[in-house]
Amino acid sequence: MIGPFLISIFSGAIHSGTPLLYATLSEAVGERTGIVNLGLEGVMLIGAVVGFTTTVQTGNPFLGVLAAALAGGLFNMVFGFLVITRRANQLASGLALMFCGVGLSAMIGASLIGSRIEGLNEIQIPLLSGIPVIGRMFFNYDILVYSAIPVAVLVWWLMFRTRWGLSLRAIGENPTATFAAGKNPHRLQYQALFIAGILGGIAGAHLSLAIAKTWAEWMTAGRGFVAVALVIFSKWHPIRAIAGSLLFGGAISLQLQMQARGVPVSSFLLDMLPYVLSLVVLAIWSGARRHAAPGSLGRVFQGTE
Amino acid sequence: MIKAISEMAFFRNRRMAGLIRFVGLFALALMIFAAVLLVFGKNPIRAYWDIFSATLGSSYGISEVLVRMIPLILTALAVALPSRIWLINVGGEGQLFIGALFATWGAVNFTNLPAWLLLPSIGILGFLGGGLWGAISGFMRVRGWASETISTLLMNYVAILLVNFFVFGPWKDPESANYPQSAPFPDAAILPSFFGTRIHLGAVLAIVGLILFYFVLSRTRWGLEMRAIGVNQEAARRNGISTSRYIILLMLIGGGMAGLAGMGEVSAIHGQLRPSLSPGLGYTGFLISWMAGGHPIGIVAAAFLLSVITSGGDILQMTHRIPAAGVHILMALILFVVLARRGGKPR
Repeated sequence: MIGPFLISIFSGAIHSGTPLLYATLSEAVGERTGIVNLGLEGVMLIGAVVGFTTTVQTGNPFLGVLAAALAGGLFNMVFGFLVITRRANQLASGLALMFCGVGLSAMIGASLIGSRIEGLNEIQIPLLSGIPVIGRMFFNYDILVYSAIPVAVLVWWLMFRTRWGLSLRAIGENPTATFAAGKNPHRLQYQALFIAGILGGIAGAHLSLAIAKTWAEWMTAGRGFVAVALVIFSKWHPIRAIAGSLLFGGAISLQLQMQARGVPVSSFLLDMLPYVLSLVVLAIWSGARRHAAPGSLGRVFQGTE
Repeated sequence: MIKAISEMAFFRNRRMAGLIRFVGLFALALMIFAAVLLVFGKNPIRAYWDIFSATLGSSYGISEVLVRMIPLILTALAVALPSRIWLINVGGEGQLFIGALFATWGAVNFTNLPAWLLLPSIGILGFLGGGLWGAISGFMRVRGWASETISTLLMNYVAILLVNFFVFGPWKDPESANYPQSAPFPDAAILPSFFGTRIHLGAVLAIVGLILFYFVLSRTRWGLEMRAIGVNQEAARRNGISTSRYIILLMLIGGGMAGLAGMGEVSAIHGQLRPSLSPGLGYTGFLISWMAGGHPIGIVAAAFLLSVITSGGDILQMTHRIPAAGVHILMALILFVVLARRGGKPR
C-alpha cells in the first residue's frame, strides 16, 4: 500500500516539478541580469495556449512546444521594451504583462475550451523502463521531463562557464561597471529576457501539452509566482533550482495523491500547500539570501548621461 | 503629436497638459486593443459602442458603474497608501476575500443583533480581516523574510482557497443544496442602498477613505513622516522615525481598506458569501492606483474608467462572445502606456 503510494508521489513530483523547473530557470536568467519579472505567469499562459493551439491545428506536439517557446520569447520582449528601453518600474510592468497574458491567452484559447489532445506522450526508455519500480520512477516520462535537467545544466553552463554568461551576471551585479568594461547592458539584457521567455513558454507548454492535455483560462494558477519564490530558494542558481522544483513538485503531487485517495482533508486546504510552502521557505531562507542576490536586482541601468 | 499638442502655449497650464496627455495615452491603448479585436475577427467599433451604451448610455448603466467604483476605490486605496513608502501591495484581492470572510462570520453568527450594532460590527470585522492579511505581509517584510510584493501575491491564492474551503465546507448553507455559498445575511447585516439603485453605504466609506487619505498625507505629521520615509528611508530612520512600524501599519490599514471593499460586496451586492465574490477587483485596484500615481482625484477618475471597462468586459462576453478576461488586455495596455511614459525619465 505505502510502496505504490510513494512511487506515485515521486513520479508525480517529477511531473509537476518540470514546469516549475523551466519557470524557475526562466526567472533566474532574468534576475541574474538584474530584472525581476512578475509577468512570468503571463508568459507561461501564452506558452500554454500557443502550444495547445498549434498542437490542435497541426497534430504535432513538438511543433506546439516550438511555437510555445518562440511565443514566450517574443511576448517577453514587450516586458523588455518597458523595463529596459523605457526604464519602467519592473514590478508594475511585470504585473501588467501578467494581465496582458491572462487576457490574450483567454482570447486565443476561447474556441479551444473543452477540446482534448493526445499531447506529449510518455516515452518509455527501452529495457530500462522494464525494470520494476525504478523503471516507473525514472524512465517513463515525456520528452520535456527528460530534457529538463539537461536544460538546467545548459543554463548553468551558459551563465557560469561562458564569457556571455559572465557579462550577463556582471550586469546583474553592477551595470555601470559592465558598461565601462565595454559591454552593452541593454543588448545583453534583451538577450537574457528572450531566453527567459523561451523557458517560460516551454514551462507553460508542459502544463497544457503534457500534464493537463487541455486548455483552461488561467491554468497556471500562480505557478509563475511560486517560481519567483523558488528562485530565491535556489539562491539564483540553476542547479539548485532542480532540487527546489522537485520539492515543490512533491508538494503538488502529495496534494493530488491525497485527493485521489480520498484522504478526508478538504481539497481547498491541500491546494494551499504550494503557496504556504513558498512563504515558509522564503522566511526560512531569508538569512542566507542577502549575499546570494544579484547586487543591482530590480534597479535599472540608467545609462551614463 | 500628443506631445506637440500638450506643449502648445495654450496648454501651458500643467494640469491641463497632464490631462491631455492622459487622454492621448488612453486613446492609444484603445486603438491597440481595437487592433487586437480586429485580429480576432471582432468588430471593435461595435464592441466599443456596446460598452459605451450599456454603461454610460442609461441612468441604470451609470448607477451600475458607480456601484462597481465603490470596491475599486477602496482596493486602489489599499495599494496607494502603502505605496507612499514604496511598498508594493499586490494583495488587494486576497485582503478583499478575507475581509468578506470575517464580515460573513459576524453576519451569520450574530443574527439577532439590531442593524445599528451589527452593521458597524461587520464593518470592523471586514477591516480587521483584510488588515490582518495585509499586516502579515508587512510583518514578513519587516523581519526580512520576504518582500511584500511576492508574499501578497502568494497570499491571494491562499485567501481565495480559504473562502472556498468555508463555503464548500463548514459554512455551506444547508438550504441551498447545490450551490457553494454561505447562509444568506440577515436583513440587519445588509448595507442600505440609496435612490432605488444598488449604490450602497460603501460609497460613503469610499469617499471618507479618499478624504482621510488626502488629509492624513498632506496635513498631518504622519503624512510628513511617510513622505520622509518615501524620499530617504535611511535619513528618516536617523531622524527617529520607525520605518518598521510604518510598514506594518500601512499594510494593515491598506489591507483593511480592501477588507472593507470585500465587506461591502458580500453585504450589499451578494447578501451571502460566494466564491465568485470578486472578478479581480483587487488586481484592478492595483492598476488604478498606478495609473493615478496615488493621487486621490486621479484614483476617482481611474476607478471610473476601469469600472466602465470591467463592466464592458461582461457586456462583450454576452454580446460578442469575447471571454470576460479579454478586457484584461485593455487594462494591461493602459498600464503599459502609462508605465512606458513614466519610466522615460530617470527618477
